[in-house]
Amino acid sequence: MVAFEAVTKQFGGRGGKPGFTALDGVDFAVPRGAITGIIGRSGAGKSTMIRLVNGLEKASSGRVVVDGVEVGGLSETDLRGLRRQVGMIFQHFNLLSSRTAFDNVALPLEIAGMDARAIRDKVGPLLDLVGLGDKANSYPAELSGGQKQRVGIARALATDPKLLLSDEATSALDPETTQSILQLLKRINGELGLTVLLITHEMEVVKTIATDVAVIDRGRIVEAGRTFDIFTLPQHDTTKALLSSSLGVKLPEWVRSGLQPQPLSGGRVMVRLVFFGETAFQPLTARLVSEIGTDVNIMAGTIDEIAGEPYGSLVVSYPSDAAVLERAARFYAETGLTTEVLGYVG
Amino acid sequence: MSAEMLFTLLWKAMGQTLQMVGIAGVLGSLIGLPIGIFLATSGRGELFPAPTVNRIIGLIVNAARSTPFIILVVAIIPFTRLVTGTSIGTYAAIVPLTIATVPFFARLVESAIREIDKGLIEAARAMGATPFQIVWKVLLPEARPSLIMALTMTLVSLIGYSAMVGAVGGGGLGDLGIRYGYQRFMPDVMLTVVVVLIVLVQAVQSIGDRIARRFDRRSRKN
Repeated sequence: MVAFEAVTKQFGGRGGKPGFTALDGVDFAVPRGAITGIIGRSGAGKSTMIRLVNGLEKASSGRVVVDGVEVGGLSETDLRGLRRQVGMIFQHFNLLSSRTAFDNVALPLEIAGMDARAIRDKVGPLLDLVGLGDKANSYPAELSGGQKQRVGIARALATDPKLLLSDEATSALDPETTQSILQLLKRINGELGLTVLLITHEMEVVKTIATDVAVIDRGRIVEAGRTFDIFTLPQHDTTKALLSSSLGVKLPEWVRSGLQPQPLSGGRVMVRLVFFGETAFQPLTARLVSEIGTDVNIMAGTIDEIAGEPYGSLVVSYPSDAAVLERAARFYAETGLTTEVLGYVG
Repeated sequence: MSAEMLFTLLWKAMGQTLQMVGIAGVLGSLIGLPIGIFLATSGRGELFPAPTVNRIIGLIVNAARSTPFIILVVAIIPFTRLVTGTSIGTYAAIVPLTIATVPFFARLVESAIREIDKGLIEAARAMGATPFQIVWKVLLPEARPSLIMALTMTLVSLIGYSAMVGAVGGGGLGDLGIRYGYQRFMPDVMLTVVVVLIVLVQAVQSIGDRIARRFDRRSRKN
């Protein structure tokens, strides 16, 4: 649906001076009909990426292709045509304070030149879809944050877009409202078959609704794939850092600061075990203890759901002498458990 | 001076003031509005990017605003004569008043529009709006309360300026106060003129406030 091909974007840098590089050779494809998340810290380039899709920013080099059309090559007029087929929602909603919920949703239709009667027929069902049928005549100042974002979503859907861009749409909302907005997006994705591309710095958002994810750091995509794979087996440090707070495998500071990269004689090894798919339902912890011996200490753990699949993560420590390590390795090979050595402690 | 005579003079002067302020206010705002919109939207990377023209118009506006009004009145007498056929009288006074209103109102319009959250412009662009649609459907409606306040402020300033056009025989309340109250030592006339002006300004201000509040949907108080 959307393809980034070797896209770079620089800002500023007039008169021969190099500017700030927001995107540095980004290759990424957004699958049609799915919900795809781009996650990164602030300043990583994710806002720039989403703005390239509807031409709010222009790439310095490379191509951004939306539904077979290269965005950078469009005239202003064609670009406006494209934008009418791409809805967008924003962190701060960006509703017009002078218009009611109804009239805010009507705005893109007015812009597209639709007549008043057709607009009336269109807006009512949209407000019903987002659950605001009774708030048509309320002004944004009279609505809660979640309701404002629902108006934003209805407005983004007004022109029947094929693609919905979400720019940190839940970052200004409390956790409960965030969940309700995410469920709404998920429902819309399912009911309307709309492709959703969202950017966020919250792992929670990606974990809840995105089937695919890309991790961006300093203008580069450092990791991309199915959300479940990326979350269960993160490879890149940025991903791990972003994940640690969300997946509950964050170790206490006193444990983490004591971790050494090399084994210490008579010390212990700290291992993260990941359970998913088959292994998520088996009583493997009990077996691990009986295989290795009783000297297994559980340091941290979580059981969760990622993109609808069960997932568990457990951090354990046990003595790092050769015999134990060998028994453990045999056990992991036998059961197909995914493991990651976090470090060693004395 | 008899009360009757004072009333007659006041009535006439009041009519002249309202005429000058009204016509100059309407004309000046009509010309100032598009200039203000242009100033607010023609910077680099904005809706109608024309940074050089923007800077030139900005300079002209500043120059016009820094010219003392009484000097402006006499300096443009040839132009006034060209427009109205005369350089004295109430109609002639409307010309410099209008010219003083344009840059004043334009700057107020500019700041009213610049106050609007840039996110709204981005949202409208993302909907596929043309720059003109953005001005017409987003900027002007969103700035409406501020624009009404700007118009109110302009009218109040105009009432003050109109006191100075006695210099070219424009008449009006200020002129009455100077000629009778000051030059003929009639403090009662001066006092009455001042009181009438205070009431007039109060009335304009509170009507403006009320209309602006009616259009302001930015808080829950409505």
